[in-house]
Amino acid sequence: MPALPRPARMVLPSLKLQELIQEIRGAKTQAQEREVIQKECAHIRAAFREGDAPQRHRQLAKLLYVHMLGYPAHFGQMECLKLIASPRFTDKRVGYLGAMLLLDERQDAHLLITNSIKNDLSQGTQPVQGLALCTLSTTGSAEMCRDLASEVEKLLLRPSPYVRKKAVLAAVHMIRKVPELSDIFLPPCTQLLHERHHGILMGAVTLITELCERSPAALTHFRQVVPQLVQILRTLVISGYSTEHSVAGVSDPFLQVQVLKLLRILGRNHEESSEAMNDMLAQVATNTDTSRNAGNAVLYETVLTIVDIRSASGLRVLAVNILGRFLLNNDKNIRYVALTSLLRLVQSDHSAVQRHRPTVVECLRETDASLSRRALELSLALVNSSNIRSMTQELQGFLEFCPVDLRADCASGILLAAERFAPTKRWHIDTIMRVLTTAGAHVRDDAVANLTQLIGGAEELHAYSVRRLYNALAADISQQPLVQVAAWCIGEYGELLLSESYEETEPLQVQEEEVLMLLEKVLQSHLSLPATRGYALTALMKLSTRFQGDNNRIRRVVSIYGSCLDIELQQRAVEYNALFRKYDHMRSAILEKMPLVEHGGPQDDEPGEGKEQPWSPKREVQSPTEPPTSNLLDLLDLLDSASGDAQPPPALDLMPGGSLLHLLDLPSNTPSLAPIPGLKVFDREGLQISLSFVRPPETPALLLITATASNTSKSDVTHFVFQAAVPKSFQLQLQIPSGDTVPAQGGPPITQVLRVLNPNKAPLRMRLRLAYNHFGQSVQEIFEGRNLSQKFTQDPVYHRGSKEDTSTSDIRILVFLAELPTSFPYLHSPPPPTGEIPTACPHL
Amino acid sequence: MMQFMLLFSRQGKLRLQKWYVPLSDKEKKKITRELVQTVLARKPKMCSFLEWRDLKIVYKRYASLYFCCAIEDQDNELITLEIIHRYVELLDKYFGSVCELDIIFNFEKAYFILDEFLLGGEVQETSKKNVLKAIEQADLLQEPRHEYFNVPVY
Repeated sequence: MPALPRPARMVLPSLKLQELIQEIRGAKTQAQEREVIQKECAHIRAAFREGDAPQRHRQLAKLLYVHMLGYPAHFGQMECLKLIASPRFTDKRVGYLGAMLLLDERQDAHLLITNSIKNDLSQGTQPVQGLALCTLSTTGSAEMCRDLASEVEKLLLRPSPYVRKKAVLAAVHMIRKVPELSDIFLPPCTQLLHERHHGILMGAVTLITELCERSPAALTHFRQVVPQLVQILRTLVISGYSTEHSVAGVSDPFLQVQVLKLLRILGRNHEESSEAMNDMLAQVATNTDTSRNAGNAVLYETVLTIVDIRSASGLRVLAVNILGRFLLNNDKNIRYVALTSLLRLVQSDHSAVQRHRPTVVECLRETDASLSRRALELSLALVNSSNIRSMTQELQGFLEFCPVDLRADCASGILLAAERFAPTKRWHIDTIMRVLTTAGAHVRDDAVANLTQLIGGAEELHAYSVRRLYNALAADISQQPLVQVAAWCIGEYGELLLSESYEETEPLQVQEEEVLMLLEKVLQSHLSLPATRGYALTALMKLSTRFQGDNNRIRRVVSIYGSCLDIELQQRAVEYNALFRKYDHMRSAILEKMPLVEHGGPQDDEPGEGKEQPWSPKREVQSPTEPPTSNLLDLLDLLDSASGDAQPPPALDLMPGGSLLHLLDLPSNTPSLAPIPGLKVFDREGLQISLSFVRPPETPALLLITATASNTSKSDVTHFVFQAAVPKSFQLQLQIPSGDTVPAQGGPPITQVLRVLNPNKAPLRMRLRLAYNHFGQSVQEIFEGRNLSQKFTQDPVYHRGSKEDTSTSDIRILVFLAELPTSFPYLHSPPPPTGEIPTACPHL
Repeated sequence: MMQFMLLFSRQGKLRLQKWYVPLSDKEKKKITRELVQTVLARKPKMCSFLEWRDLKIVYKRYASLYFCCAIEDQDNELITLEIIHRYVELLDKYFGSVCELDIIFNFEKAYFILDEFLLGGEVQETSKKNVLKAIEQADLLQEPRHEYFNVPVY
């Protein structure tokens, strides 16, 4: 069989680069383009295989073009190496370009060019050295840099400026990759600064900047060149127009900016250096032509330097004023950098920046999103107590029209500012309401909690708030945070809605039925989140005690939701149902108004978790859906859920001392000591527990009990846990104890405050349980206190203890009541948490 | 320092890509795609700066080409605009009234010119004259020499 003629590649000759480009551009569809490229790549591959040296650079050039379009070009990598090694300049030029484009650090072939670069650096002509230095600076890996550092160092001293300027920047790259090389390149720097050639100066200043940024020692060393840098700047500014380096009337702005940047680094935190550059900075700031961007670039850099070093105050004011002028510039870019810089300054030079507040506020109206974002940040930083009202007005206006991605920041900014500087409570409530109506979907989760708490605290504004919220809710039930707050408010203060009109709002004639209908609408709406539904359901429930009419409607709704698919709602509905049916006599007590609670304040990071915090000592081992492993847990659960805390109570301040004072809110009043004697409830082996009682006169239903555990024995008491439970009609809050260890020999006792609310004035009964480790053994004690009311009587407290194994050492004390009224269905026959409880404690 | 410079057309086609930081091909493509999209979405009157990831992007449109640079936090945006402008001036001087086609058909020249102006992400030569002189001399060195007197053709 005769051999086939030469392969088909000769039938279609390989295209020249420009022809290829033309053909690719002529392709009408993506598929066509792909076809052309694939064909050509096949040619190129074949050419590479054949090793056709003269044409290699053309093939690679084509490949590079194709690579830019996004097609794979890895098969050209080795060709780059060959081209770089070739003696022809054309080859090297394309080869190095190919290396920069195709051979990044991660490629294996990358290191192979090291040798070629080395040769070219040491023996090549200047243009060739330039190519090598360029490639090294662009894609040189750390290893390459180490290998070639000495070559580059040699080139730093060559006479030709063309090579030197490149060598200096190659050194910059090397230091970035291998910081240890700083040692090699530090010494030549001072010499380089004496150069006249702007390119070398640029490189030198950049190199020194890089060295100083990486090493404090270098920083100190280079402070000595400050005068020289100032001199360079002076020459540039004063020498005037030079065709070669000027841009729009400014002498070499690139070099000026670079020098200014270095001066900034050298002058930072250094009085002497800052002083040396003061005059020059002032001169640059005042003499630079600002009609074009180049001048503004230099001015901008000057301002940045002035504010960063220890400059004279006059100079700082000058700098801020320049920024203020920038703000009025027509050029958007200038306004942008001004806003950015002012933001950086607002902490340190607050009053100076305040002067430009009106202009900043104007910038809020920018259509450009980057600018308005900056303006927003700056405006928020400028809010203080004197301008809060006008600023909030502006910001609210901005909130209405700003782009969506800025809304969340704006809303939370306004709310934060309102919290810090609100002039009146009413203004504060109005502001929050307005934010919720405008941007309800974008507020943070804790806004709801904050607002409910705020309203709860402002008693005089209850009627006002509930009316406004009712109107807002009637208008729009889609903004979830607003709906949640409104539902809560209506539930709490519903009766105020029905009463006569409050003077400051328009007369509002609302019928009970309307209110109920609105809440039902919220419940049923598909726009409502499950949390919102929870709020609405609880609100309905509360209204059953607030409203006079019969509760059939409410009962109906509640019973319907007893079979709701949402577990949370279902649980609530079932519990409320139970309230209606079996515990109707307790309903009004349970659904009473929420007591005023302490506020964590703006420093409180997670007020949204307020629901968990106050109950945490009891809730450690409990979750709503757990089966009653211990009856105590269910008791606590029932207590919690029934006391109407379906909405998160605002954050409780958990410091025992602090809460007391805040509650009373009368700074001059110390808690009056009602004449209740303290009581020692426990004494065993040196560990004594005593209770002291305080009934603040302002809230007679509240009893504050402080439990103190002291230890006179020789051994420490550790892992001490004290817990309590009360019957259902009471509300109990355990504060965090001061510790869990009572050191031996009369060490500092543990104290824990219990707050008991007794609205029904029923005789207090309390079960107390202790758990602790003492003398190497863990102990559990349960006992009861009875009739802890106005007059505490010495009721017999009985001890019942059980010795646990040390293997179950960490049993927390749960208080469970041995004797309970029959109205606690779960606690009929309480099983002990672990093991049998002996009727007689061996130790007593 | 400048981390990278991209040139692309209004249709999003890449005309030049210079990377001064080591990234894989995949990452480069991803970044290019994202940035091109972001910049092309900007309206004409908007300012030339935007924040993107942890970098500052400075872009300017010249006729049908977008010049887009990514600089670091401590760099001066306004001077970057000057850098872009200087590069365009250099191209203009070299090609004589440069347009996008020149850059398309002579992309390797655009790279060579850029490499005489910037090095490792920093400005190496602030004199227009010196940059152009260097390019001319390099062109003269190309072989075969008789081909390279005006705009070389591969």
